[in-house]
This record gives sequence, structure tokens and C-alpha cells, in this order.
Amino acid sequence: MTCKELEDNLRKIYKRQWIRTAACLSLFVVIIVVLGVLMMTLGNTNYSLKEVVQYLFSDETKGGAYTIKTLRLPKLIVGGLAGFAFGISGYTFQSLLRNPLASPDIIGVTAGSSAAAVFCILILGISGTAASVFAVVAGLVVTGLILLLSGKGKSFSSRMILIGIGFQAILNALISWMLLVGSEYDVATALRWLRGSLNSVQMSDVPVTLVVTVIASGLLFVCNRYLRMMQLGDEYAKALGVPLTATRVCCMVCALILSAVATAATGPIASVAFLSGPIAQRVLRNSSGTMVLSGLVGTILVYASELVSKNVFTTSYPVGVITGLLGAPYLLFLLLNLNKKGEKI
Amino acid sequence: MNLETNKKYKLIISLIFEVIFVIAGLFLSIAYGSKSIPLSDIAGYFLGSNDDAFQIAVISARIPRTVFGLLAGAALGVSGALMQSITRNPIADPSILGVNTGASLMVVIGIAYLGISSGIELIGLSFVGALLTAFFVYAIASVGYGGANSIKLALAGAAVSTALGALVNTIMLPDSQVMKEFRFWQVGSISGATWEDVRLLIPFFIIGIVFAVACSSALNALSLGDEMAVSLGVKVGQIRIVSAVAGVLLCAAVTALAGPIGFVGLMMPHIVRQLIGNDMRIIVPMSAIGGAGLLTFSDVLGRVLGRPGELEVGIITAIVGAPVFIWIVWKTKTRSI
Repeated sequence: MTCKELEDNLRKIYKRQWIRTAACLSLFVVIIVVLGVLMMTLGNTNYSLKEVVQYLFSDETKGGAYTIKTLRLPKLIVGGLAGFAFGISGYTFQSLLRNPLASPDIIGVTAGSSAAAVFCILILGISGTAASVFAVVAGLVVTGLILLLSGKGKSFSSRMILIGIGFQAILNALISWMLLVGSEYDVATALRWLRGSLNSVQMSDVPVTLVVTVIASGLLFVCNRYLRMMQLGDEYAKALGVPLTATRVCCMVCALILSAVATAATGPIASVAFLSGPIAQRVLRNSSGTMVLSGLVGTILVYASELVSKNVFTTSYPVGVITGLLGAPYLLFLLLNLNKKGEKI
Repeated sequence: MNLETNKKYKLIISLIFEVIFVIAGLFLSIAYGSKSIPLSDIAGYFLGSNDDAFQIAVISARIPRTVFGLLAGAALGVSGALMQSITRNPIADPSILGVNTGASLMVVIGIAYLGISSGIELIGLSFVGALLTAFFVYAIASVGYGGANSIKLALAGAAVSTALGALVNTIMLPDSQVMKEFRFWQVGSISGATWEDVRLLIPFFIIGIVFAVACSSALNALSLGDEMAVSLGVKVGQIRIVSAVAGVLLCAAVTALAGPIGFVGLMMPHIVRQLIGNDMRIIVPMSAIGGAGLLTFSDVLGRVLGRPGELEVGIITAIVGAPVFIWIVWKTKTRSI
């Protein structure tokens, strides 16, 4: 095989991969649009698409326009953004720690935000923006502590996972205690909030969530190139010229901010971060589009679960309960699959 | 020879310390609370020379709680020692392995669908839940390369408890009555313990401890590796199952009666091992005594810190356990994590 042929072959492979990535991404975007339309039209009262569009651009504030503009639109936007943020942050954590189980909701990152928010609602009696800010800050502080306590060097990721799980156990104990101490009226609010729900989302949440999600995920897309090289192992990545520590810190901080902001907006929607990355990876393997795709998968999961919870069951469960239930069979599948491959978790 | 006597001295000294610890915990637990009682009056109560009707009432209300605390602590300590020994893993503990969530799920099912609220039925249910979860998590963690190492065990436990937690919420959220009952159970507390609870716990306690002691020398052999244990004449499979069931039985009984109390089982065996080495025949009884002391002390601490009410003991053990857990993670050699 000559040099020219080799180059042609490589080009072909790259082109094929590029087409595959583009096709998958557009397919998933289409699915999101369809689900989004369904979310706007279906509900207690069903509206036709035409009515929805009319209400969206009308100046009315009562009746159908209220349902569409004040109830359903914020759910659509914030839910979508939160799903995207959870998906990307989960993918980043899983790639960074090289472990499909190591998503932020399992290693205690989101537990910090939840505990802080519950503290605000139940003990301090404040909710809304102040609680969200507090939740973001607390999430960052808890993760900072976990990182600090994990030390440096070779066993960093293993220690981080273990210490994160330990922190989660402690924070969960604190949350249960706060639920016990808090007044019964507030407990229902806090508990629903703890499970991740789109019910209390408002239009005023949109700007902050949007700006932060765009900036943080933009930074992650920049780092994505290095992150993929790091999949080869630290030694290879170093040889390829990846600034290891800088990439690690940048990815970690961005992923953290994403998950903390999404948690503050909707509560920790269980398993979205845990599921999105592996699904995206299954569809696209390790292509450069996997990160974006995992964000899209996150959005799809949130939309689909919200639709199911609103329209299938008689009790309207918060969306986090449905996604949490989705997580269980996937976990089994993942572990059985790992067994077959004899791979190291 | 010298080493042997040295070890004996160490053992005797640690034993004396632990016994003092337990006795101090016992007295403090009776003495402290929203109404404190001087130690001399407590001694008077036991000698029958205290005539103050109010003090007698307070003391006799605190005794069952204290006894329950001692038993529960001992059960948790032994359970932790067994789990750590079987899994050959330093971080095995009911709260880390998700066993508590399994027990919670069965309890919430019992409350919501079966209309159960009596102690013995709850013990049965939570035992079934805990046992299933324990085996499930261990099975998940031991598949694949490298067996059940700490990371896999912890991740499997965390993931399973996330999934089971979602199920718990599914059952609990639509029903505010269940939520009300369950949230009291969710926090480990021994404040409401009665003689009835003590009576329920005792048979499980005795069975669990007897099996633990009976298995302990075989578990010593097991720690050398399966091949070595077989060649020493140990029935590896049987011993594993019996001691696992005993360990789960102990922690499930406590969990059913008092709610999930984490980290006692994690801490005590490590402290004992640090003091007197790796002999299971010593670790089991010493963890029992130490666990009893630790739980009563945490309970007293909760009452002192939470005045005029009290902090539940499950919170105190979690806060005390956190630094110990981190210490254990650091101490464990990199290779074995």
C-alpha cells in the first residue's frame, strides 16, 4: 500500500465518521423537536400546534395563553437545558474518571447541592433564587472538598470515587434529618425538589441557566479534543502534548458548574447524567460528536420522562422518579456487559 | 514469646479501655437528657435507696433506650466486622453498600401496601430487603476483572441505592400518610426504643453473634485466600454464606427497629484492627463491645448537642464516621482500592 492509498483510506474513514456523526446529531435534534412539540401540545388540555403557535405570539395572558406561555414554555426551555447540562457533565465525569459508573449523581456532587437547597427551604425558610445560588455554591464547595481530600497522583480517581460516595452517604443522612425536623408543609416541597421536577420551573430561571450552560459547555467542547486523547491513558496523552492538569481542572470545574446549575434549576433529575454518556457512546463510539450527543440524549431523556409522567400515570410523578427508574435496568445491563468483556470497571 | 506476651498486654489494655468506655456510656446515657440526673442518684436507683418518684420515672424510661443502644451498637459492630472480612474489603458497611436502602424499600412497601406497622413483621421485611440487596450488590461488584475491589463495591452499592431510592420515592410520593410514617423511620434513632424493641432484637442478636463467633476462626483462614483456606480444611462456600447471613441479620434487625444507622460497622473493626491486629476471634467480640460503647456515646452526644430536643443518633454517627472513612480510604494501599 502506498502512502497515497493510505491517506485516501484514512480520509474515507474520517469522512464516513463525519457523516455518521452529522446524521446522528441531526436525527437526535429532530427527535428533540418532536418531543418538544408534544410537550407543548399534550397535557391536561390538548392544544393543536396551530393554537400553540398562536398563543405564543399573542399578547393574551389568560386561558390557553397562560398554560402555554407560563406553564409549558419554561418547562420546555429549562427542562431541555438542564437535561443537556446533566448529559454533558455526566459524560465529562465518566470520561475523566474512566469509569461508566462515575457520574456526578453517583459520586456525591449533586448531593451537596441538594443538601444545601433542602437546608434553605426547610431550616432557613427561603426558596427561589437565593436557594439556587446557595445550592450552586454548596455543590462547588462539597466537590472542592472531595477533590482536596482525594490528594494527588495515581490513585486520585479511585480515592475521589470512594470519598465522593462517603460524602454522599453523609449528606443523605443530613437530608433525611432535615426532612424530619422541617415542618410537614415544607417537606413535600423539599422532597419533590430533591427528586428533580420541572413543576416549579419559572420563566425567570431561563436567563441564568441558559448563559451558564452555554459558557460552560462551550468550554467543554474546546477541551473535548484533549479529553478524547486522555482516553488513551495519561502516558499517551502526555506524549501527544495534552496539558493534563489544566485539562483535568478545566473539565472538572465546567462539568461541576453545569451539574450544579442544572440541579439548582430543576433538582437532581436522577440518572440523566448517568445514562446519557453511555447511550451516546453506544451510538457514536468515541467520535468527536459524542459529547454534544450526550447532551442531546440528556434532553431527550428529560422530555420523554416528563411526557410519560404527565400523560401515562394517574399520579403525576416528578420527572426524576421516572428517570430514576430508567437507571436501574441500564445499570444491570452495564454490569452484565462488563462481565462479558471481562473489563475493569 | 516476648511478642506473644506483648500482644496479650495490648489485648488486655484495649479490653479494659473498651469496657470502661461502655460503662461510662451506660451511665452517661441514663444521666443525660433534657433532665440531667446526678450519678449518685443513679447509683441510688440501682441500690434501691432513691425515693424521688420523678427521678425513678425518668431513669426507668431511659434504661430500655440505653439497653437497646448497647445491643444495637454491638450488632452493628459485629456486622461490619463480618462484612469486611467476607468481602476482604475495608469499606464494607451497610450504609455504603446500599443495604440500608434495600431494607428501606421493603419497609416502605410494607407500610404502603401491606399495612404493616408491627416490629416483628418489619424486621422480617427489612431482613429480606437487606439480604437481597447485599447479595445483589456483591454479585454485581464481583463480576468482571479483579473481583470485588473497593471501588466496584462502592460504586455498585451507590448505583443500586440510587435505583432503589427512586423506587422508594415512587411508592412514597403519592401517599402523604406513608411519607409521614416513613420519614421518621428514615433517620436512624433509638430515642423511642422500648422494652418491646429490646425483646424483639435479642433473639436476632444472639443468633447473629453466636454464628459470628462460631465462624470467626474459619474467617481467619479465609483471609489467607480461598485456596489456602480450602487446604486448611475450611468449607469456604458454607462459611461465606453463614457469616454473610449472620452479618446481614444483625444489621437488618437493627435497621428495622431503629432505622438506618450508618458508619458504626465501618468504624469499629478498623479501630480494633489498628489496636490489636487481624485475628477475627478477637475482632468480633472487641467490635461488639466497642460498637456498643460508640452507639451509646453518640446517642448521649446527640442529646447534649441537640438540647432542648435531641439530634438523632444516625446523624451523629454519620458525622463522626466521615473523617474515619476518609482515613480508611487513605490508609488502604493504592493497589487494593
